[in-house]
Amino acid sequence: MAMNIVVCVKQIPDPADPGELDPNTKTLKRDVKLILDEADSYGVEMALQLVDAAGGGEVTLVSMAPDDEVGGIRTALAMGAAKAVLVSDEALVGSDALGTAKVLAKAIERAGDADLVITATESSDGYTGTVPEQVAELLGLPSITFAKSIEVDGNTIKVKRQTEAGYDDVEAPTPAVISVTAGVVEPRYPSFKGIMAAKSKPVDEVTVADLGLDADAVGWAGARQEIVEIATAETREAGTIIEDEGEGYAQIVDFLADLKVI
Amino acid sequence: MSAERIPGEIDPEDVLNLDGLLSDEELLGRDTVRRFVADKVLPEVADWFDDGRFPLEMAREFGDLGLLGMHLQGYGCAGTSATQYGLACLELEAGDSGVRSFVSVQGSLAMFPIWAFGSEEQKQTWLPGMAAGELIGCFGLTEPDSGSDPGSMRTTARREASGDWIIDGAKMWITNGSVADVAVVWAKTDPDGPDEGKVRGFVIPTDTPGFTAPIIHRKVSLRASVTSELVLESVRLPADAALPDVVGMRGPLSCLNEARFGIAFGAVGAGRACYEAARDYALERIQFDQPIAGFQLTQRKLVEMMIKVQRANLVALHLGRLKDQGDLATPQISFAKKDNVRNALEVAREARSVLGANGITTEYPVIRHMNNLESVYTYEGTNEIHTLILGQAITGISAFS
Repeated sequence: MAMNIVVCVKQIPDPADPGELDPNTKTLKRDVKLILDEADSYGVEMALQLVDAAGGGEVTLVSMAPDDEVGGIRTALAMGAAKAVLVSDEALVGSDALGTAKVLAKAIERAGDADLVITATESSDGYTGTVPEQVAELLGLPSITFAKSIEVDGNTIKVKRQTEAGYDDVEAPTPAVISVTAGVVEPRYPSFKGIMAAKSKPVDEVTVADLGLDADAVGWAGARQEIVEIATAETREAGTIIEDEGEGYAQIVDFLADLKVI
Repeated sequence: MSAERIPGEIDPEDVLNLDGLLSDEELLGRDTVRRFVADKVLPEVADWFDDGRFPLEMAREFGDLGLLGMHLQGYGCAGTSATQYGLACLELEAGDSGVRSFVSVQGSLAMFPIWAFGSEEQKQTWLPGMAAGELIGCFGLTEPDSGSDPGSMRTTARREASGDWIIDGAKMWITNGSVADVAVVWAKTDPDGPDEGKVRGFVIPTDTPGFTAPIIHRKVSLRASVTSELVLESVRLPADAALPDVVGMRGPLSCLNEARFGIAFGAVGAGRACYEAARDYALERIQFDQPIAGFQLTQRKLVEMMIKVQRANLVALHLGRLKDQGDLATPQISFAKKDNVRNALEVAREARSVLGANGITTEYPVIRHMNNLESVYTYEGTNEIHTLILGQAITGISAFS
């Protein structure tokens, strides 16, 4: 049975180049080169594996980014995704999580009939962690979060959902929106064949109007949440250095015992 | 869209912002190989070097990534630009020259002649498996008594009345020889035969009777790479084992041009790894109550290293652009191979001195690169031969004979 999967991917400033916050908008500056959020590479990999296992179908990417940015999308296309929908529009500047979810939900519908929508649990730059559930609600689909593995059995999705104690077995009918925990699969490298093929894969670049959304519903205009203040995180206190004179292990045991972790 | 750069701000690892000369696609390929090397090569390569081995399972990984024969078109090859291939060589050699050598030999020396001069059947038989890393190739030109002067080779190819070829001789310093499934071997034909004593290339499955490939031991350079002798004792090959589309030294020399191109980039990687190791070390090593990077003598060393690496990188990139335009001439390849490898070797030696005693163990990458580069300095045309190629190019006078 062919499996068509939509994966939401975010293109973010390279975490290796420390980002800067704009003091006026209190948001991350995004006028730099953007790359594929590593958190999304796990979802892309999982989707590619599910399509392989199904023996047919394709992976479609959905992304919202400024300035028609495709750097991160090309990486995921080179990994093996077939095509992409990219939403880019001045009106989207300042979108909060719900505004983003509205756009992604419309873009997912535009991508065609999907058996599954996969997202990361949260982005590595915004960290709200709410978009996947909002997308599911807007699409009227079941939502399963923190998946560590996904299995498809006919029209049923079986997910091992990560918990603090271990995992829960959860099922939902297709289509469903599933968020994938980072690190649960090893994302493949974009191969050179993939990089060459990605050049000719279609990226459907659309605006807010193309999606039938009102510009007032997104961006600063539509945001229902306001960032009141941004502050620098406190620097961590220096750790304790233990000089080991044969008794170092005992001090470590005592330290862990004080923390009540052993 | 390129990264926003504050005027006056420099990246110590790319002072001239040479990354700005690369397309997004080239950067994606380059960064992918850099990540692959960081994940799969750097954690292991000191052990490979110490143990004197190259793990053959890496061949499949190279194949999966599309590194083998990557700038060739069709037959399972990725078909990238030459510049992209060069950038991959650069990143692989920042890991280890032996690792880059494996990819160069497979792609430029074994796959390239089959792709350029082989019959359709030879291409179909060998290239897809070689691109996937399922089949390993080697290239036999150099002999025990025939190095810089390959035209003096003694390996012969005798044609029998049946059409079969009989190959006799020995090849020396053959990368991957003992682990190869197929060898592209160059041999002299009968002076009285139809090829008038000219050199022909032969595609030899290594399980052919009479073919053996003893490994060369006791190397202290390119230890994470298999180097072998090829012994050919009355190796009988069918008529269609010869590469049909080339006769004469043009065949092997065109392969060498391909490989030398990759080396010109690769040497930049080895030099860069040494420079970065020296800089990191100099910033952390405290003597006389300050990092040794604060001493004028050390700063001068670091700056000279950085300049050599950046300049070599610029030369390599220019070479790549020329090749992609179809404008690359042999003396230009000699320029880059000769000068970039020499610079990398000088950088490695200088880096070793910055690391002091720590520079002599494989705990740090520097002496491994330094020892490797001694081989790279000599193979694929010695520094001296490339000097003479350039000498001939600028004077019109050959100093070879």
